[in-house]
Amino acid sequence: MTPKQQYVAFETLIRKEVRRFTRIWVQTLIPPVITMALYFVVFGALIGSRIGEMGGFDYMSFVVPGLIMMSVINNSYSNVVSSFFSAKFSKSIEELQVSPTPSYIIMLGYVGGGALRGLIVGGIVTTVSLLFVDLHIQHIWVTILVVLLTSILFSIAGMINAIFAKSFDDISIIPTFVLTPMTYLGGVFYSISLLPEFWQGVSKLNPVLYMVNAFRYGMLGVSDVNIYVSLAGIMMFVVIAAGVCLYLLERGKKMRT
Amino acid sequence: MPAAIEIKSLSKVYGNGFKALNGLSLTVEQGDFYALLGPNGAGKSTTIGILSSLVKKTDGKVRIFGCDIDTDFSKAKEFIGVVPQEFNFNMFEKVEDIIINQAGYYGLPRAIAKERSEKYLKKLGLWDKRAEPSRGLSGGMKRRLMIVRALIHEPKLLILDEPTAGVDIELRRSMWQFLTEINEQGTTIILTTHYLEEAESLCRNVGIINNGELVENTSIKNLLKQLTKETFVFDLAAPLDVPPTIDGYTVEKTDNATLEIAVDKGQSLNVIFDQLTQKGVSVISMRSKSNRLEELFVSLVESSQAGKGGAS
Repeated sequence: MTPKQQYVAFETLIRKEVRRFTRIWVQTLIPPVITMALYFVVFGALIGSRIGEMGGFDYMSFVVPGLIMMSVINNSYSNVVSSFFSAKFSKSIEELQVSPTPSYIIMLGYVGGGALRGLIVGGIVTTVSLLFVDLHIQHIWVTILVVLLTSILFSIAGMINAIFAKSFDDISIIPTFVLTPMTYLGGVFYSISLLPEFWQGVSKLNPVLYMVNAFRYGMLGVSDVNIYVSLAGIMMFVVIAAGVCLYLLERGKKMRT
Repeated sequence: MPAAIEIKSLSKVYGNGFKALNGLSLTVEQGDFYALLGPNGAGKSTTIGILSSLVKKTDGKVRIFGCDIDTDFSKAKEFIGVVPQEFNFNMFEKVEDIIINQAGYYGLPRAIAKERSEKYLKKLGLWDKRAEPSRGLSGGMKRRLMIVRALIHEPKLLILDEPTAGVDIELRRSMWQFLTEINEQGTTIILTTHYLEEAESLCRNVGIINNGELVENTSIKNLLKQLTKETFVFDLAAPLDVPPTIDGYTVEKTDNATLEIAVDKGQSLNVIFDQLTQKGVSVISMRSKSNRLEELFVSLVESSQAGKGGAS
């Protein structure tokens, strides 16, 4: 395929993915916004007012970046894992397999679709958060870079999960037993400076901590971890995950017999 | 001019140890209408799977219009359109979206994709359904949708894996007409089917696979020349208690008013009618018991199995 033809294939995949999640917007775009709005009300406005300051900010302002990041992570991941596994399950993935579309375009198309959903939901959640808190973004480019890389990383992770999955149970195991604990323990609701030293060390093994803190740094200008380490770490994870995903697609793992 | 398909010593052993292909060699020339026949589990779908990249071969060489799939599968894929046995499209997507997406995967610009989509959807009677989700289509419409999808990039080779399974006679005939038309326009077609009448009506050449090996590869004409015996069914005007004997022929009574008579190649039907008339038996109709090709197919498959000690 010529580069122009590859671009057409990429554009087709993006268009298909966007059409999919906008067609079922009641399932894909509304629930995360309602969930996050409830987090804002319960943890921010009701309980947060009794917690006081965290990281030098009132609790509501502190928790907003983490909650935005949580919605981006969950939606990027679930979009790709669900879409790609459904394509495998219905065998419609064969439409792509028999075509000359290269594996990296297939990956970019699905990941692009997942990242777009993550960013759209993140954007809506950010807009809703403005009802509860005044946002003054400190480092706009860091904020954009982190949210973009995070949505890409979790879209790729969703794709890897979908490649290995054999049943619909398999696509809910990782989000339930791995992703949710990592997110909740990744500094969304608290600063790890509140933890004993040992648990601070354990927390630093959690990649989500770096994403949440890098995003919080972009929005509020504070972080529990070094921002450069965070950015380098996220980029490294993106490169590794993309390499693994591409390898699995090239080998036709769980797709070609 | 390279062959449309050139397969040499192709073998496939699945993870569970099942040997689906056992050194299959086969050539299909450009412009051919080729039938790939064989009993269930013979290796037809595995062969098609390897050609379309859905199955990894274990060993052997495959060239598609001269492109080696080991070194340039991407180019080879551009030549092929595949209509699989099972429905494999997203049931929630609209008919036209399925077609236009497929065109996109081949790098076709959207404007051309829309133009071709209209052309083929109209040709196969699906234009009125273009805005409907594919799950709402009947079985026959779903099969036609897969044919349109396979043709959208106008491939030089169309592979159809049992395209008329479960399709009513009228629709089957219209699909035959359409396939003949595109073959006449230059598209090479490979067809697998269980309807041997279909292969006889449509195809010029035929390959019969059994136990992962090619047991016959010839023209339909040559294959039919191998036919040595044909059974005819005679419906009688009045019931008979005992079947009549006819010298040189085997006569069996299936019920009181029906006879089955086996006729060897070169034997005359006139003799049968003469003797039946002499014995006062009146025939009201006569037909061939089964498709001629079907008889040959069964005998070829049986003899190949006998050669392997009756393995199935």
